[in-house]
This record gives sequence, structure tokens and C-alpha cells, in this order.
Amino acid sequence: MNKKNPVRDHLLKMLDAGIRLDGRKADEIRTVEVTYGISNTAEGSALVKIGDTQVVAGVKLSVEKPFPDTPDEGIIMVNAELLPLSSSRFESGPPSIEAIELARVVDRGLRESKALDVKKLCLKKGEKVWGVSMDLCTINDAGNLLDAAGLAAIAALQDTVFPSYDGIEVNYKEKTGEKLPLSKTPIPFTVLKVGKYYIVDPLQEEMECFDARLTVTTTADGTICSLQKGGDAALTVEDIDTMIGLSLEKAEVLRNSL
Amino acid sequence: MAYTKRLDGRGMKEFRPIVAKAGVIKNADGSGYFKIGNTVAYAAVYGPRELHPKFLQDPSTGILRCNYNMMPFSGMGNRVKPGQNRRAKEISMVTEKALLPVVDLREFPNAVVDVFIELPQTDAGSRCAGICAASIALADAGIPMKDLVSAVSVGTVDGTIVVDLDYLEEAYECEQGVADIPIAYIPSTQEISLLQMDGEITKDMLVEALKIGEEACKEIIEIQKRALKEKYSVSGEGNE
Repeated sequence: MNKKNPVRDHLLKMLDAGIRLDGRKADEIRTVEVTYGISNTAEGSALVKIGDTQVVAGVKLSVEKPFPDTPDEGIIMVNAELLPLSSSRFESGPPSIEAIELARVVDRGLRESKALDVKKLCLKKGEKVWGVSMDLCTINDAGNLLDAAGLAAIAALQDTVFPSYDGIEVNYKEKTGEKLPLSKTPIPFTVLKVGKYYIVDPLQEEMECFDARLTVTTTADGTICSLQKGGDAALTVEDIDTMIGLSLEKAEVLRNSL
Repeated sequence: MAYTKRLDGRGMKEFRPIVAKAGVIKNADGSGYFKIGNTVAYAAVYGPRELHPKFLQDPSTGILRCNYNMMPFSGMGNRVKPGQNRRAKEISMVTEKALLPVVDLREFPNAVVDVFIELPQTDAGSRCAGICAASIALADAGIPMKDLVSAVSVGTVDGTIVVDLDYLEEAYECEQGVADIPIAYIPSTQEISLLQMDGEITKDMLVEALKIGEEACKEIIEIQKRALKEKYSVSGEGNE
């Protein structure tokens, strides 16, 4: 990142004094709020607010043909829409690399943690399985979209109810009351390194001037199920150790808001 | 069998319950939220801002650009593929034309005012909800306007005129069929700036339906005004 960035200089000076751009401490998370069921056309949905950042997640279920290499497993798909409604930074059009990365990091956390029992999503081996389509849409971008989206994703999955299926057609108007086979709560958590400091839950201004970024997805028992390093600077093992420690500790705050 | 009782028990001229808010998206220069029954629309306005590509710029006035989009999970049945399909493109265009008569962008040559409409859930009437939300958002952004625009769908179900059809009514199977007519209305000039129709109707019924639609819009505009007043009143909380 640009070391001459005046916002970065200012942020570093403030961090020397123990605070951030909005007066928070380096390891302080903004107020987190989860609202379930914000879309009744989705099989499951949630709105997550972290400070002024707002992300909605919606789940649609459909009956699909399984992939040939996993004939008895349901299909999970995660897509992110960084809507131009949510920030002047975003434009209409094909997904940007930022949207692709966000969706893939959330996807990996869900997949690798085995939070969803995909075998239980099998209807008929090799022929029919449930497809779980997750769409993450940003409403307002005030930084830390990834963590907000990750939390919204898991909340939407918790909210999801199967529609009725008679073996031929899905009837979306009829809900069965049956929930998804979801056993874990993988939560992605992002820590930024700026100078010698580590900060959590970054504002958009802070996301424009960090050195390195590490997103760590962990489950409630402390298992790490995905990692994503970002930013131009490299990290030492000590850095990584500290950042993962911080993620494990702070992800609990997000998890407790579910 | 004539349509004497509506499927959801509403009066023939009664629209579904409305919730309207202004200033729901902090990043935007103006924003609006409009919920009518189970149809929800967010609108955000960005601008006036520089217009790219440059050849689209108009040195005599700023231009209005609307973008209507359904979130992938907002449809009644299957997932809607993200990205603009033909339907969304057309609705974006008619939304623009519905709002254009009230906005005055001559003060902003070469600039663009972008309106983004997003729907997290729909149950018919989404273009009208989008126009109502967009109108609130434009006013919230301080864009020079002659009036607000209000919109609702009117139509006939089995020969009876109704206001604000929902999805079940749109799909209702009956002898005389269903006509669905989304309109947008500008109260100060008593003009209609959006008019589309699906279905069959006689000329007399159409004119009658439009008059009933105008009355509904006059009520809806008061709800839109109230949302704006709530945001800007001294006691009211500003942004959500």
C-alpha cells in the first residue's frame, strides 16, 4: 500500500495514542446486530449490521443434478454482489476481484468447516441433490464487508427452511419447517496490520491504507478452517500467530450476536 | 363469478400496508426505503457526479440514470441470476422516464445522478415500489425537484377494478382475466409518467382505473412526504 498515504500517517499517529479514526481501540469491534428473515422470498435470510456497514444474505434452495465426482453430496454456491447502491466505489457489471475474493473466502469457510452436512442434502444418489445458493448483497459499505458477509451467511443458513418437494417439483410457497443440516458456525474474522499495529473490524478508510490483512475463519471450538492473506506487505510467523489469536478471541463477539 | 372479494380480504381500492423511510443508506447522497405488502425496495442516489464515459455527457444539463435490480433471492420461485436481464433493463428505463419530469438537472451540466434500486423481496408491484423509494431518495439527496412521484399498480381482476395487485391476484385465473397497469403519478401537474399494461381491458375501464390509481397515488405521496419529514424533523432521528 502507498506509504505516503496521509490517512495512514494520521491513523498511525492516532494508534500511537491508543485510538483509531473513529475513536475505537485497535481491538474494538463496532456494534453488531443480526436480523433474521428479512426476505420472505428466500428460503433463509439475514441482515447484518456492523457499525454503519450493512450486508444482507439470502439462501435459495433448488433441486439439482450432483457433480459427477460427488454424486451423493449437495451443492453449495456462494456469490457476492457488491452493489453500487452501497458505495460510490462499486459499479454495475461483472463481479470485481473484490467480490470474487469475498465470496470465495466465505465459501471456503462454510465448505472446509463441514458446517453443512452435504451428504444429508442428497435426495437420490447421482441424480438429485439439494443445491444451496447463497447470495451476499451489500447495502452500505462502511468497511469490513467480508466479516459482515460471513456472519450474514451463517445467519441466513440458520434461518433457512426447506420448501416442500414432491419428488418432481419444488413448491416454494409451502415451507416444511425442516431446517438445514447445519452443525457449526464458521465465522470469518479479519485483522489488519498497519505499521506495527493490528486492528480489527476496519473502517473503509482503514481498508485503504493497511499493510497486510489476514482473514481467519474459525469454528466455535477454535478450529481454523480457512485463511486468506491480503495486502501488499508480507507477514512473519509471529505476526500470523498474533493475528490468529486475535481472530479466535474476537470472532466470539460476532458468534454471540447470532 | 365476479370478483367481489379480494384474495387477501382488502377493499377494492385499498393498497397494501406501506412502510416508507428516508436516509437508510449512509454512503449514499440520498436514500429511501419503501415496503408495500411483501414488496420491499431500497433506493440510493449518488450524485450529481462526473459522468463516464465522457461521450454520454450533456453540456446543457445533468442526466438521470436509473438501475433497477432484483436481488437473486427476491423472486417468488427460483433464484434470479444476478446481472441485468432484459426485464431489469426495461424497468430501469421506464423508471427513469417516470422520474424525469420532476427532476431539474440543468444546474449540473455534464454530470450524472445515479439512482440504484434494489429489491430484497418481491410480491408484485416492484417497479412501482422502486419508483416510490427512488423519489424519496432523490428528495433526500437534495436534487432539485418540482414534486415527488408516487406509483402504484391498478388493474382489473375478472372485471372488477382493484388497486395494488399482489402476486396471487396477478396470477388469478378467471373468466374475464386480469389486467395489470403500473402507473406513476405527479400530483402537482396531475400527470401520469409511467404507464404500462399487461392483460386486456376496455377503454372505459382503463380510464376509470387510471382515475382510481390517481387517487391511490395521492394517498401514497403523503406517506412518502411523511418519511422525508421524519428524517428532517428536529425530534426525529436522522440516519438509521
